Amino acid sequence: MSSRLLKTPMVPFPSRAIIPARDLDKPPILEVSRLGIDFGGLAAVDDFSIIIGRTEIAGLIGPNGAGKTTVFNLLTKVYQPSSGAILLDGKDTSGMNTVQINKAGIARTFQNIRLFSSLTVEDNVRIGLHNHLNSNVFFDIFRLPGYWKSERQAHQMTLELLSIFGMEHMIHYKAGSLPYGAQRRLEIVRALATKPKLLLLDEPAAGMNPSETEELMRNIIEIRDALGIAILLIEHDMKLVMGICEGIAVLNYGRIIAKGTAEEIQTNDEVIEAYLGEKKEA
Amino acid sequence: MKKILKLKKDTRKNLITYGMIILAFLIVRFLSASGNISSAFRGQLVPICVYIVMAVSLNLTVGILGELSLGHAGFMSLGAFTGVIAAIILQGSVSNPLRLAIAMVLGAVIAGIAGLVVGVPALRLRGDYLAIVTLAFGEIIKNIINTLYVGIGENGFRISMVNAESLNLGERGTVIMNGPMGAVGIPKLATFASGFILIMVTLFIVLNLQNSRSGRAIMAVRDNRIAAESVGISVTRYKLMAFIISATLAGAAGALYALNFSTVVARKFDFNTSILILVFVVLGGMGNIRGSIIAATVLTVLPELLRAFNNYRMLLYAVILILVMLVSNNEQLKNMTKKFKGFFKIKRPSDLKGGTARE
Ligand SMILES: Nc1ncnc2c1ncn2[C@@H]1O[C@H](COP(=O)(O)OP(=O)(O)OP(=O)(O)O)[C@@H](O)[C@H]1O
Ligand SMILES: [Mg+2]
Repeated sequence: MSSRLLKTPMVPFPSRAIIPARDLDKPPILEVSRLGIDFGGLAAVDDFSIIIGRTEIAGLIGPNGAGKTTVFNLLTKVYQPSSGAILLDGKDTSGMNTVQINKAGIARTFQNIRLFSSLTVEDNVRIGLHNHLNSNVFFDIFRLPGYWKSERQAHQMTLELLSIFGMEHMIHYKAGSLPYGAQRRLEIVRALATKPKLLLLDEPAAGMNPSETEELMRNIIEIRDALGIAILLIEHDMKLVMGICEGIAVLNYGRIIAKGTAEEIQTNDEVIEAYLGEKKEA
Repeated sequence: MKKILKLKKDTRKNLITYGMIILAFLIVRFLSASGNISSAFRGQLVPICVYIVMAVSLNLTVGILGELSLGHAGFMSLGAFTGVIAAIILQGSVSNPLRLAIAMVLGAVIAGIAGLVVGVPALRLRGDYLAIVTLAFGEIIKNIINTLYVGIGENGFRISMVNAESLNLGERGTVIMNGPMGAVGIPKLATFASGFILIMVTLFIVLNLQNSRSGRAIMAVRDNRIAAESVGISVTRYKLMAFIISATLAGAAGALYALNFSTVVARKFDFNTSILILVFVVLGGMGNIRGSIIAATVLTVLPELLRAFNNYRMLLYAVILILVMLVSNNEQLKNMTKKFKGFFKIKRPSDLKGGTARE
């Protein structure tokens, strides 16, 4: 599986950045240039530029505190960037808020899981479907036909989405009571329910055992293939990153220190030093 | 019966709640017809209905939306005085039940508008600002109504903030609101049946909302604001929706309450009343509608039942409250304490942060 992906030819686009050859005929889904944010003088992310192809699985790696999650928070406008530009599907996202970003096509999961934990698995997915259901508060309260139609649709789509991970039988469980791995998978399902063009996964394999991780790798590729979307993931598990990511960017102290394919990253001196340096400190 | 068993769990739970109210209504009706109800208890019937509606509607804000409101009685007050004014103005022109209905609808609308005015600034901010703003709102409404003189006379409908004489109502004029003396000469339009209907309407609105796209969005905002935004849910919109519906229902309840007495003063709807309703919600369980109904009923009837104990009445009431709290030392109560703690804690931007802990 991983060998198939690693052989995907990566081509420069437009010049220094690389994306998979198959995505070259379409404009990239995400173009980020010189993105940055300060937290009280500390540049948590600085001069961050990246391009992601339409159907690319890309990786963002780096030592603890490098600024990876902050990049996700910038892309989804949880934080407003202090500099730089983000083009999503060719459109400038400046001035957009988190809700608008999701409507424009970015969905995400969270490193510290953020499910609607007192609600059921079904409710979590249906909340993800929110903007794709046609009911409104008037239909809802008076139980007009629009309500019933929307509820039927929601149920159908929920089952389809949960089937990605074979979780249909968990539909009535409380989200907060699920085992850790299932919670991470449910977050992915909820994100997919919003029908994104770009899916951001923040450490999807954290807390999973090796066999769960391996299954997750297969799932991620299946999702990309079935939906034709782009995926950008943050992960510390190098087996996962090197196994499924086509383009990889390495972040250290808020700056990109290397970009390339798995082989290129693994042999990059600066990357090796960044990771060894971290080990020494730890 | 088979059909009921096949229904979804939520639907079945809701049907039981409706059934409980209908059954209670029929039993009281029957006992009342056969002369088995004391006049003291009969006088309590409308207030019980009103407090049930107040508790259920506050539960929408506190339990389902997860925002702390300390001024629910303020909306009740607006509904009460709006309802009284409407009922007196309409005297003689429409039938009594219709007059009551119009008074309640107008009370609801005015309270709903107040909910919008209070909610827009308070709910757009992140953090528990609603508690402070609603607390202030309740006090402001009380003080304004205390200084209001309203009447109808030969010059039509008049409002003053000076005194009743300045209304210039003429010989045959009626003073509706007399400053600190409150509303006077209120027609007693409220009936137990109308209280029952208001409860059913409230349940219909709140329960249907809870099990729907809008309701799920409201609960998503409560459970995790950042996650709700990440899936494209407009947090302010759904916070406002829940809060305004909650205020509207409180307004209708206020109108029904006032039209059950011949006089009503603004002091009746003070901070203590807001807290009392909050106690119903907390004891009944956050987000638990049936719990709110039971808590409101029991805690409204209890002081009357304890009347036999004379001076020790309120002492016993307090002891029973504490016992119930201890016995029900559960999730909901803990959540409430957490909520209060969060209220006094200063929010740091790092609360938003992705977290660096290995999980
Ligand atoms: N809201 C904030 N306020 C102040 N500093 C912050 C904030 N969010 C993140 N930081 C800081 O920015 C830096 C990057 O944090 P970030 O969470 O992005 O790292 P990360 O690469 O995701 O690390 P990890 O692998 O541990 O998840 C850290 O030094 C962190 O303390
Ligand atoms: Mg992180």
